[in-house]
Amino acid sequence: MSLHPNELQRRGSSAAILASIALGVLLAAFFRAQVIEHAEFALQSDDNRLNEVPLPAPRGMILDRNGQVIAENIPGYSVSILSPKVDSLRATLSRLSSILPLSDSMIEVVVKRHKAAPARPAVILSDASFEQVSILEEERNRFPSLVIQAAPKRHYPDSQAVASFVGYTGEINEAELETEAYKEYKPGQQVGKAGLELQYESVLHGKDGSRFVEVDAKGRVVRQAGAARPDSLPTAGPDLRTTIDLDLQRFTATLFDSTMQGGAIAMDPVTGAVLAFHSAPAFNPNDFIGGISNRKFQALRTDKRKPLYNKALQGTYPPASTFKLATAIIALQSGVVGLGDRMPEPCRGSYKFGNRPFRCWEKKGHGSLTLAQAIEKSCDVYFYQLGLRMGLDRLLEGGHKMAFDERTGIDLPQENRPGWPAAADYFNRRYGKGNWTNAVTLNLSIGQGENDQTVVNMARFYTALATDGHAVKPHVVEKPVERTKLFDLTPEQMAGLREALHGVVSTRGTAASAALKGVEVAGKTGTGQNPHGPDHAWFVGFAPKNDPKIVVAVLLEFGEHGYLAARVASKMIERYLKAAIIQPVNVTGG
Amino acid sequence: MIRKAVADYPLALIALLLTAYGIAVVYSAGQTEVPNAAVANAWIRQLTWLAVGMTAFLIVTRMSVRFLEWAALPAYLVGCGLLLLTLIFGTGAGTAESMKGWITIAGRRIGQPSEFAKIAVAMMLARVLSSTKLAPKNLADLIKPGIVVLIPWLLVMAQPDLGTSLVFIGMFFAMLFWSGASGTLMLFAVSPVISLLLGGSTGLWATWFILLLVVVWLVKPYVVEGVVLIVANLIMGVAAPVLWGQLKPHQKERLLVFLDPSRDPKNSGYQVTQSRIAIGSGGWTGKGYTQGSQKRNGFLPEQHTDFIFAVVGEELGFLGVTLALTLFLLLFLRIIRVATRASDSFSSLVAFGLAGSWFVHVIVNVGMTINVMPITGIPLPFFSYGGSFLLACWIAVGMLVRISAEGRGRPGELGLA
Repeated sequence: MSLHPNELQRRGSSAAILASIALGVLLAAFFRAQVIEHAEFALQSDDNRLNEVPLPAPRGMILDRNGQVIAENIPGYSVSILSPKVDSLRATLSRLSSILPLSDSMIEVVVKRHKAAPARPAVILSDASFEQVSILEEERNRFPSLVIQAAPKRHYPDSQAVASFVGYTGEINEAELETEAYKEYKPGQQVGKAGLELQYESVLHGKDGSRFVEVDAKGRVVRQAGAARPDSLPTAGPDLRTTIDLDLQRFTATLFDSTMQGGAIAMDPVTGAVLAFHSAPAFNPNDFIGGISNRKFQALRTDKRKPLYNKALQGTYPPASTFKLATAIIALQSGVVGLGDRMPEPCRGSYKFGNRPFRCWEKKGHGSLTLAQAIEKSCDVYFYQLGLRMGLDRLLEGGHKMAFDERTGIDLPQENRPGWPAAADYFNRRYGKGNWTNAVTLNLSIGQGENDQTVVNMARFYTALATDGHAVKPHVVEKPVERTKLFDLTPEQMAGLREALHGVVSTRGTAASAALKGVEVAGKTGTGQNPHGPDHAWFVGFAPKNDPKIVVAVLLEFGEHGYLAARVASKMIERYLKAAIIQPVNVTGG
Repeated sequence: MIRKAVADYPLALIALLLTAYGIAVVYSAGQTEVPNAAVANAWIRQLTWLAVGMTAFLIVTRMSVRFLEWAALPAYLVGCGLLLLTLIFGTGAGTAESMKGWITIAGRRIGQPSEFAKIAVAMMLARVLSSTKLAPKNLADLIKPGIVVLIPWLLVMAQPDLGTSLVFIGMFFAMLFWSGASGTLMLFAVSPVISLLLGGSTGLWATWFILLLVVVWLVKPYVVEGVVLIVANLIMGVAAPVLWGQLKPHQKERLLVFLDPSRDPKNSGYQVTQSRIAIGSGGWTGKGYTQGSQKRNGFLPEQHTDFIFAVVGEELGFLGVTLALTLFLLLFLRIIRVATRASDSFSSLVAFGLAGSWFVHVIVNVGMTINVMPITGIPLPFFSYGGSFLLACWIAVGMLVRISAEGRGRPGELGLA
């Protein structure tokens, strides 16, 4: 090496300068990260260590018209788990399965939840029992990544009795998360799945809060984050006041014994307020809270009596004789008949159309009847002739005007649309031109044939009969009254029809056994033809006759006799009217 | 040579301050939310090693430069022998799990010979380079010193320990520079390596090759030298893609992740990403000693060894970083001063070589924590936990203090030229 002092000094200076520059550049890199980009890195550092644990908002309570509780929240616990990776999650879960009853399929569900939102705790048990929580708390040190917290849990004190309209809640699913309505929602949240819980989800849900926990790289909860990111407290959803009369609701549910199945609705004919709404057999909505077991769910699904199928809202049935009022009104409106008019052929038990006899339900025959009497006796032969007299087109047009092909728009999800042919062309398309006869008119006139009505739509139709020809839109939660004119009859005609309907529920009529002491009940029975088994039994009516306070529609699947439905209905009417007299309705409600 | 030794107190003090700073950070590195006994107690073991290091330091300061010069060859042979043994019997550990860097006896890792080999190579290289009074003029002059470095370099590459091999290369060029080699010569010496690195891209390599031809034409070296140079570059350019294929996946990954840390945010890139977050979130003054959340919660990998500087950045902020880098700069400047005033070319070269070695360590390690250097897994002198390295560092400090003591008051005073 050359060791000349000047050269050495020069090289030393170069080396010193090089070292200074190199370290200066490094320092500049640190300056950039630590001073210029500090805020961004500080945020990333917080995101690393702080995990958001959602604090579910207590759902708004669902109350009846008097403030009685239909759905409430009771204390519960949820157990969820934080994990940075799927592998470690699986490992922890398999260790947990020695303590909790965790099946392999449940572990997969938890893994799926984790994948959907890796930064949030994946729910293991949304409704853990106190015992499970105690055991887990004891084993806390072995499972530091568990997040155990109090979680309000939905509870329906009247269980089956309110299931048909209140619905239930459950964990939001992937399909729901993709829809616009749930765009603010996150995996793991509880949402309304049916009934009012679903219909009023946006109201009831409230605003979820969150708290932050500090976690380490392995997802172990180290401490509550405290001031680093303040907790946001959840805001409970507001209470939902319904128009349901819980006493009548409970009573209605008891009227359906274990052998009966069908639907029943009671409503205020003027306001459309639904007073009772039941479908039997009912399921227990509390079974769904915290996730229904597969066994229970399969049992519900395979039950031949279809507890999950809402018979008052989804079920459609030929309205049978309850529809004769519609036939009568269409005929009266078009002027082809008057209340006192008789048909050319008296009832001898059947009516011959073409070569085919069309029977009346009364084999003995009713003889010669006026329209009012024919309603009372529910004489088929009279209505066959009435239908023929006005013709198919007029009948179909009238039915359309009276909304027999429209949903009522009740504030409950999954209402089915009733079926009513739009025009005669429907039959051309269905059977082919010339392949059908006016026999369809005969069938439609007595509420059979291509006519499928929901219980709620029949109730709606009868609100028009109970008032002034305006039908009211039913609603379970208080709403402005929405009435639609269905028909235009003279006051005399209206009075005559009501009188005839009262006759049905009198010693003269088909529902004599449903008559009540001191209350004039008006209504119509029906026995709907059912190709799948025994006939369906209908009753739709109102009371008191001259100042209706309640409209009731009852359908009993395979009930065979309309008067059986009428008995259920009259008991509901009796309960409601008596209760209304003893205990005036709390008008501050809603 | 009998001289009254005047200890270089500033040098020793800077080294002591760096060591104290380092052990304080090793202590903090062990303070995590979920304690890891091995890491939590690392500072105690580091203190123990410091005691060993200080003892070695005192002994080494008693060794004259002439003795060191005499010991260079044996030390070099022992060093290479140990590297060879490591290659045969070595085991991996920690981040270096896939490498064979440790010598293990009866299941106990007793040290990383490569740390001592660095000193031995510096000594041997100094001996070779100081054997002539002239600076290396051409490539032929580089053959001997080249072989001195090549042997341990190959042994280290075979472990494979990319970081240490970088240190050997850095040290080699630092000492060439110090011995007076011209910039052109060093460019020629390094050119095959550049060809190797650029070989992946034909366009880049071609540009470089043409540039080299221009330089050769301008400088006009010996014909043989020019031919060797061009052939070497050609071979390297062609061999590069082949050698790339030979690299272990984790080595390829490290190089690729260096270019783009986001390509693998959960594994290789994860370390760098988390290290940058730790440093960046430290801000001006840091989160407070022992309070770094990235470290406490285990997001920061290898916080007591390779990534210890990220702990400095996170907990003590830009001020702590500035203090550490300033101390390192003072150390380098002081050693340059020692090298400038050394009594003879051997000790001058040893001093500068040791500085060069540490310089590469600091730049690569600190640069890695903030993603301006690839992850090579080389420790930070005086900071990173590791007994052999601390011991080796203090042996080196001892040598430097001795060289300083034997050096001249001012350069040129003894008139050696």
